[in-house]
Amino acid sequence: MKQEYCESRLKKIASEMRSTMIEMGYACGTSAHYGGALSMVEVLATLYGSILNYKVDDTRWEDRDRFILSKGHGVLGYYAALYVFGLIGKKEIESYQQNESEFIAHPIMNLDFGIESSNGSLGHGLSFGVGIALAAKIKAKEFNVYVMMGDGECNEGSVWEAVMSASHHGLRNLVAIVDRNSMQNDGESKDIMNFHSLEDVWRGFGWNVHSIDGHNFGSLKDSLLPMPNTSQPTVIIANTVKGKGISFMENAASWHHNTLTQKTYEQAIEELRLDNYDNQ
Amino acid sequence: MIISESKLNLWSKLGSRATFGQALLLAAKDNPNVLAMSADLGNSSGLNPFIRKYPSKFINVGIAEQNLIGVAAGLAKEGFVPYVTSFAPFLSMRASEQIRMELGYMQFNVKVVALGSGLAMGFLGNSHYGLEDVSVMRAIPGLTVVSPADCTEIVKVVQAAAHHRGPMYIRLTGGVNNPIVYKSDYKYELGKAIKLKDGDDIAIVCSGTMVHRSLQAAAELAESNIHAEVINMHTIKPLDTAKLEALVASGKPLVSVEEHTIIGGLGSAIAEFLSTLKKHVPHKIIGLEDKFGKTAQYEHLLKLHGLNSSGIANSVRLFLGNL
Repeated sequence: MKQEYCESRLKKIASEMRSTMIEMGYACGTSAHYGGALSMVEVLATLYGSILNYKVDDTRWEDRDRFILSKGHGVLGYYAALYVFGLIGKKEIESYQQNESEFIAHPIMNLDFGIESSNGSLGHGLSFGVGIALAAKIKAKEFNVYVMMGDGECNEGSVWEAVMSASHHGLRNLVAIVDRNSMQNDGESKDIMNFHSLEDVWRGFGWNVHSIDGHNFGSLKDSLLPMPNTSQPTVIIANTVKGKGISFMENAASWHHNTLTQKTYEQAIEELRLDNYDNQ
Repeated sequence: MIISESKLNLWSKLGSRATFGQALLLAAKDNPNVLAMSADLGNSSGLNPFIRKYPSKFINVGIAEQNLIGVAAGLAKEGFVPYVTSFAPFLSMRASEQIRMELGYMQFNVKVVALGSGLAMGFLGNSHYGLEDVSVMRAIPGLTVVSPADCTEIVKVVQAAAHHRGPMYIRLTGGVNNPIVYKSDYKYELGKAIKLKDGDDIAIVCSGTMVHRSLQAAAELAESNIHAEVINMHTIKPLDTAKLEALVASGKPLVSVEEHTIIGGLGSAIAEFLSTLKKHVPHKIIGLEDKFGKTAQYEHLLKLHGLNSSGIANSVRLFLGNL
């Protein structure tokens, strides 16, 4: 069930998640998506730490909030959250990107572990979330649906089909989070496909829009629950830093998908250790 | 449900789409989780009676087929059984990657109902024809692909789909005044081909509107003393391989007939299976050439492409003559 908000606890969890990600990425021995996973750590820590209703020992609980990782390449951060919050264990973590594993570079649906959908192809998750939220509305269920997307993902036309339908069907139980780290595979988003104002676009489709610092726990806590007096869905544009927390990965397009060497691994772990020490 | 003669005559007159709407009314009566969804083609899907009776069970997502599949998958995850409609190419090709991910990969229980497939859209032209939909859909793992032979079989398939847990692509061919194959009630089972006529000289395996034309072709062939067995292979995936194996064992040459490109459809599915057998029989695939052709009225197009009864009979004669 939902836990009380406690900023120092979430900070510690975020740090633990980042270490888990670096350990997993290094142990797998191949390349992994780091940048877009590190940028959403605070969002995931806040969601799993104090927003989402779920039961670790009953992942199929009918009234649980649903979380969909539409930006499937951010899965390293997702696995780290599932691990830190007790939904997956060491065995699953150790199988990351091993031959025939269920824990690969994109989520594979597995309700035993609370993974609600398979993703990897961008522009799918919001439509899927609209369907779940619509089902909840039809059945008069109280749960909320959270869909985590990327700002690069918003290049996909199918995203906007979903955006307009969520608003049209009055899905106040649907919360989209756009991890706006302002970078995508080929470089800076503004150079690849400039949105000018992502906030205005979502607002124009009838959504409630929060544009916040996506690494600030207080702002996240205040905006992640559906607004009380609205019939419309809510989007959180979480302004983040790609590769957040590891100096050489921050704002570096090369770390969208890359391989850790022993040297870079040791540097990353040392940076996280010092950061954790500062947080104590 | 017992199907009366008056009902099947009515359905035939209404044609494939309006019959689908009637069939869904029946399915919704049996199963409260059935939903109808469309991408702004509710009216063209024969769904008006359904919408009048169950207004809250119809969901329109606007002209957005990709979203249609995604939303349907989300609803299916929560226990609903959505039947989604649009024209065949818009579902099978525009939304094919959504069908691949949400229905194939994740196996959500959504029934994709493709309207006006084959050449039925007449003067609306190649943009609206379902020429390649079976090849695209059949290649996706885990999808059941069905092409009903007539309006009565559409009702049977819609009901069978409601009881079948898993994604399906239901290909509707033909227009209004759809020829009647089944003149009385019969037993229908997904994946089980139905022998409609015996014959020792050749086997014609067909689906959709080609079933009636093949029966007519068989009657024409009988006049020249060629006796054809006719098999309705309504389920293209999974194919009734037991039936095909028995056909091959009989040693009869085989033709397949489909209102679809000769690439990747029923004929290809049959050829893929035949290639695994030790014993071989000659097999000819009758269907549409690999090109975008001229636009015309439906019956004119069938004749033009040799898919009317005499065209099929001629192809069979030519095939047998060259053996």
